[in-house]
Amino acid sequence: MPHESAPVPLHTRRTHFDPADDLRRLTADGPVTRVSLAPGAGGEPLWLVTGHEEVRRVLGDHTRFSTRRRFGSREPAGGDGERPDEGVGLLMDYDPPEHTRLRKMLTPEFTVRRMRRLQPRIEAIVAERLDIMERAGHPADLAELFASAIPGPVLCELIGVPRDDRDDFLRRCHAHLATGRGRQERTAAGSAFTRYLAALVARQRKNPDDGFLGMLVRDHGGDFTDKELRGICVLLMLAGLDNISGMLGLGALALLESPDQLALVRDDPAALDRAVEELLRYLSVPHAPTPRTAVEDITLGGRLIRAGDTVVCSIPLANRDPHLTADPDRLDLTREPVPHVAFGHGIHHCIGAALARMELRIAYTALLRRFPGLRLAVPAQDVAFRVRSTAYGVERLPVTW
Amino acid sequence: MEVHVDRGRCAGSGLCMSYVPAVFDQSEDDGKVLLKAARPEPGTAAAVRGAAARCPAGAITLSGRDAPGGTDTRGR
Ligand code: SF4
Repeated sequence: MPHESAPVPLHTRRTHFDPADDLRRLTADGPVTRVSLAPGAGGEPLWLVTGHEEVRRVLGDHTRFSTRRRFGSREPAGGDGERPDEGVGLLMDYDPPEHTRLRKMLTPEFTVRRMRRLQPRIEAIVAERLDIMERAGHPADLAELFASAIPGPVLCELIGVPRDDRDDFLRRCHAHLATGRGRQERTAAGSAFTRYLAALVARQRKNPDDGFLGMLVRDHGGDFTDKELRGICVLLMLAGLDNISGMLGLGALALLESPDQLALVRDDPAALDRAVEELLRYLSVPHAPTPRTAVEDITLGGRLIRAGDTVVCSIPLANRDPHLTADPDRLDLTREPVPHVAFGHGIHHCIGAALARMELRIAYTALLRRFPGLRLAVPAQDVAFRVRSTAYGVERLPVTW
Repeated sequence: MEVHVDRGRCAGSGLCMSYVPAVFDQSEDDGKVLLKAARPEPGTAAAVRGAAARCPAGAITLSGRDAPGGTDTRGR
């Protein structure tokens, strides 16, 4: 985790909804540039890919751009009991054939139809959060009461965490993710989280229900180690918390700043589908997928990338590439959907994309229905943004209705 | 136009099915794409081209009349 006082890495810098000027300026040097993401802070120079086409080329070529980390503790680490949980099951760090093996077993659990089965539960979770917000009265912080409060319970629903355990589970999860991402010693909260997951997995092994873990155990029980099942739960939390809360908070802000566009989508579910795609593109909350390592010398965007070089793909710049769509810096909720890379591309394309799309659709719709007069309670330039996270978002979003 | 899908490449996003349900389906067994109509109605051609361009795995290719050159309809 970056230290509070360390400079914000270049590829995560934003100004309101836009990539920051110093980041955007790089595109003048072509779609692939050599930069240091944390200048002066020991940041090694690496390749930053900013063109849409080039990003798709990198992410679509897993044989030449590996996601296996060259450094750090991701490699299998001997037979001791505690540490190897680190990184196990985190699909985004795996290359084939390990990636193929795990992904093949997981994909059927994330089909559009299976996700639709979760729909009533997600609707109930969203309604409950809106009740809480309504009771709290205005002005209310939409970031805290809505955007950050929805993804956790939804993931618990997906994984099959019993209702009574959820608050505890999510508290431990947050503590674990906040400290455990680098390597470091596990905090007490981190190991408590792992212990809880172990108990959950053991229960499902013995008595599988028809939730996600239960199905995995029933269909592929022997093919997964317990450690992998725990790791997959961690992966879902890692991928599903900040990204969704970022989209919910920033998306709400974007809609509130364009009342006429908001009116277009408020009452028309078909228009909302399209609007969600455009919000995903325009807001691009994940800054970058897992860095890739070039496996051999490759020419990309006119630059020679050497074997062993690190390659980082900028999602916000790729999604604002004028080659992708006309007038890319304009939020146009009626825009014909374009092949944006907000969910990545290639074999690591977000496995939860169908869930994310549905969750966003449900949450935006319910929010606009419940509070038709929703508006910002502070000037737009006073909104506090979340700058230190793998996904961009709002820190606080005071609203009234 | 003729539609081809490479199930080996498919990342199981279900995007194509959501986009053109008359032509694509998603298998309940492995989550991957199923082709319902290899020669779709001419009226769906634009939507099918859109699905091919948006497929995150490049698993959909088109050939024949009104197919774009390769899978990439964005023309760079
Ligand atoms: S859009 Fe592509 S990756 Fe997604 S299900 Fe269809 S063929 Fe597979």
